[in-house]
Amino acid sequence: MAVRIEIREHGFEPLAELAAHQQALDARLAGRYGATASFIGTMRDHNEGDDVRGMRLEHYPGMTERELARLAEEAVERWSLLDALVIHRVGELLPNDPIVLVAVWSAHRGAAFDACRWIMEALKSRAPFWKHETLPDGSRWVAKNTTG
Amino acid sequence: MPAIRILYFASLRERVGRASAELPGDDPLTVAEAWSRLNPALPLPPNTLAAINHEYVDLGAPVRGGDELAFFPPVTGG
Repeated sequence: MAVRIEIREHGFEPLAELAAHQQALDARLAGRYGATASFIGTMRDHNEGDDVRGMRLEHYPGMTERELARLAEEAVERWSLLDALVIHRVGELLPNDPIVLVAVWSAHRGAAFDACRWIMEALKSRAPFWKHETLPDGSRWVAKNTTG
Repeated sequence: MPAIRILYFASLRERVGRASAELPGDDPLTVAEAWSRLNPALPLPPNTLAAINHEYVDLGAPVRGGDELAFFPPVTGG
């Protein structure tokens, strides 16, 4: 079982990260996985009907990593995943910047699809991150995540 | 007995007006009691989440000397 969790303070390229991670895990898992599912979350330029110019993502250092590891490990256990990767941004973001990458590897597609979705939803309700948006005429804390 | 270290995050930090605080660790307290001792004029906002040593806890959970107790609003990552 393996889980890799990273909090990034600077921009990252999810597709390059995904390719590099899969290439590295082939050293021990080539031939064993039949399914890779991934999710990339990207910053929008609008929220709740307002234009959004930028965003600051705060987190609780220490707890964030632990909580992400806990939920990724829970998914590995529940869906017998072969590997899982979570990368999440903090700091100052602009529209179109990647926020989060979740990727999982499993023998079959059902587990991969379900586990990837579950990790993402669990992250949204449990991982201690907070978004602060800059609007054209002020700023605000995002009070809650949108559903689905 | 080491002190209890309290942390506030995001909008709750702004409401409280500070990022951290301390309480003496030699007095048995619950999470809710720690809040009201530190913020007697500010009722704990509904939906506030609490964690002790990086684990989510209920408001009735005991806090001990040396613990790190965090209060924060609903999370909005992802």
